[in-house]
Amino acid sequence: MSGALPVLDRPLTRNVRADRSPTDMAAYEANGGYRGLRAALAMSAADCLQVLKDSNLRGRGGAGFPTGMKWSFVPMGDACSPGHKYLICNADEMEPGTFKDRLLMECDPHQLVEGMICAAYTLQADVAYIFIRAEYHKATRLLQEAIDACKAKGYLGDNILGSGYNLEMHVHSSAGRYICGEETALISSLEGKRANPRAKPPFPQVSGLWGRPTIVNNVETLCNVHHIIERGADWFQSLGLTADAGTKLYGVSGRVKNPGCWELPMGTPVREIIEEYAGGMEEGYQLRGFLPGGGSTDFLTVEHLDLAMDYDTIGKAGSRMGTGTMIILDDKTCPVGFVKNLTEFFAQESCGFCTPCRDGLPWSAQVLDDIEHGRGLPEDMDTLQRQVAFIGAIGNTHCALAPGAMEPIQSALKYFREDFERHIDGGSCPYCDGGNS
Amino acid sequence: MQPDNPITNLLGQYRDIPGGLLPLLHAIQREVGYIPPDRVPAIAHAMNLSRAEVHGVISAYHDFRTEPAGRHTLQICRAEACQAMGSRALEDHAKQSLGVDFGDTTADGAITLERVYCLGNCACSPSVRIDDSVHARVDPARLDALLAELGEAG
Repeated sequence: MSGALPVLDRPLTRNVRADRSPTDMAAYEANGGYRGLRAALAMSAADCLQVLKDSNLRGRGGAGFPTGMKWSFVPMGDACSPGHKYLICNADEMEPGTFKDRLLMECDPHQLVEGMICAAYTLQADVAYIFIRAEYHKATRLLQEAIDACKAKGYLGDNILGSGYNLEMHVHSSAGRYICGEETALISSLEGKRANPRAKPPFPQVSGLWGRPTIVNNVETLCNVHHIIERGADWFQSLGLTADAGTKLYGVSGRVKNPGCWELPMGTPVREIIEEYAGGMEEGYQLRGFLPGGGSTDFLTVEHLDLAMDYDTIGKAGSRMGTGTMIILDDKTCPVGFVKNLTEFFAQESCGFCTPCRDGLPWSAQVLDDIEHGRGLPEDMDTLQRQVAFIGAIGNTHCALAPGAMEPIQSALKYFREDFERHIDGGSCPYCDGGNS
Repeated sequence: MQPDNPITNLLGQYRDIPGGLLPLLHAIQREVGYIPPDRVPAIAHAMNLSRAEVHGVISAYHDFRTEPAGRHTLQICRAEACQAMGSRALEDHAKQSLGVDFGDTTADGAITLERVYCLGNCACSPSVRIDDSVHARVDPARLDALLAELGEAG
């Protein structure tokens, strides 16, 4: 957290210290830690779920699906066949430009563990996994330490705090694959297979990890759970400025004066985040556009600065709030090169299962590379438009990776079309002396 | 198969863990630095999988290597925020000063150069990762200094 911020209720980052040192068990408990767990265990699982539903918590991983509703599809009690139920935390933060989950895990690992115990109790899951990026070494170590500390205190293991509820928790290191962020691909990977997504239905809530009911949630989502159970749905609703409840970790990266990550009320206007918290653009740079929530979201531009950063508002403007971590496109960076770089990433990360993604994305990257280097032809614009229409349509591909990859291309064609045309007409990149093409 | 072979020891530890193949491959790579292709049949046998399944998993994930890497690994982030802050100049500098391309190891076996998309450190771009440490706001001079600290110069 940086800059002089007004005093706000920031449940998720209240233990984040200026030097980013991790909060240990003693410090976490001294600041009210594991009270949410005790509150949850004093309630029935059904009551916990109702509070979650009433709170209107929406998934913070990008899709914004209501968490309570997602959980309500998990079979409970006698409706569930005997065997394990799983809760998985998706900590495989690989969306380009996203750095919020790392902050939460490195600075306050116990918060995630407590949120997960409460979530697992609500679902009556008996095994929980934290599926984490291999690159996040420090977070992996801290989470394992937090889990060990919880076992020693009786917060994990058998008969948690005398409630009769049992839960074991494991940290599982991924092996570097963006597609693992997709929940069914993550499940395949956790089973020790290639990270190929699976067809839905069946949905993981019914048949997920090893064919058992499974919930996969993002780190930030799970970090909210015990706060909501302890302090109530009305409190959570009151945190947000718009219809979407709670707080959100917003990030800004690129050529701004003070790039960073801040927990702010859900629905904080984009302008306030970029100009006040991120300090506005660096001297000599102007804002041309921004990806509101990571590499797989549509560009928005200056005209969208006064929109509220929440799921519905950004969705209506033709993009997605995604992870809420914005990447700024400045006026000295070539938009064609910017989009090409992203497309190369998505092409590399295709699992190869379906043809539109496996072959379509490298083709798009090649067309963009040609345009960027002045080899483009006027008809390449039509080729790109066709690819966007075909690959971007939900239902033409096995999962959402390729449609997500098309979002920056389609919006760049809409907002920065003259840049593409200048490359094609001039036969070279007009930004080349900026050093970014 | 010698009983003291480190891979053989690991096979016994992971065969009963559900979904144990990825943790096993991580452990082998930690132990010997890469996954030797000639050990794939033994891995498959231990995990009750086909060789094709094991090969499929090894080749599906970027982190697994099938040949030894250098003593140190340098990863340069090439996601958008780092690119906007000059990581391409850093890439060129690294390639030139090390005399290798991405995916290659220097002739003395000291450093393997890799590219990575996003280290999750976008507020402090450009970022590099050397072995397990992420370094922020790295320019060519700082990169030279960091590499010099490895004590591999010469």
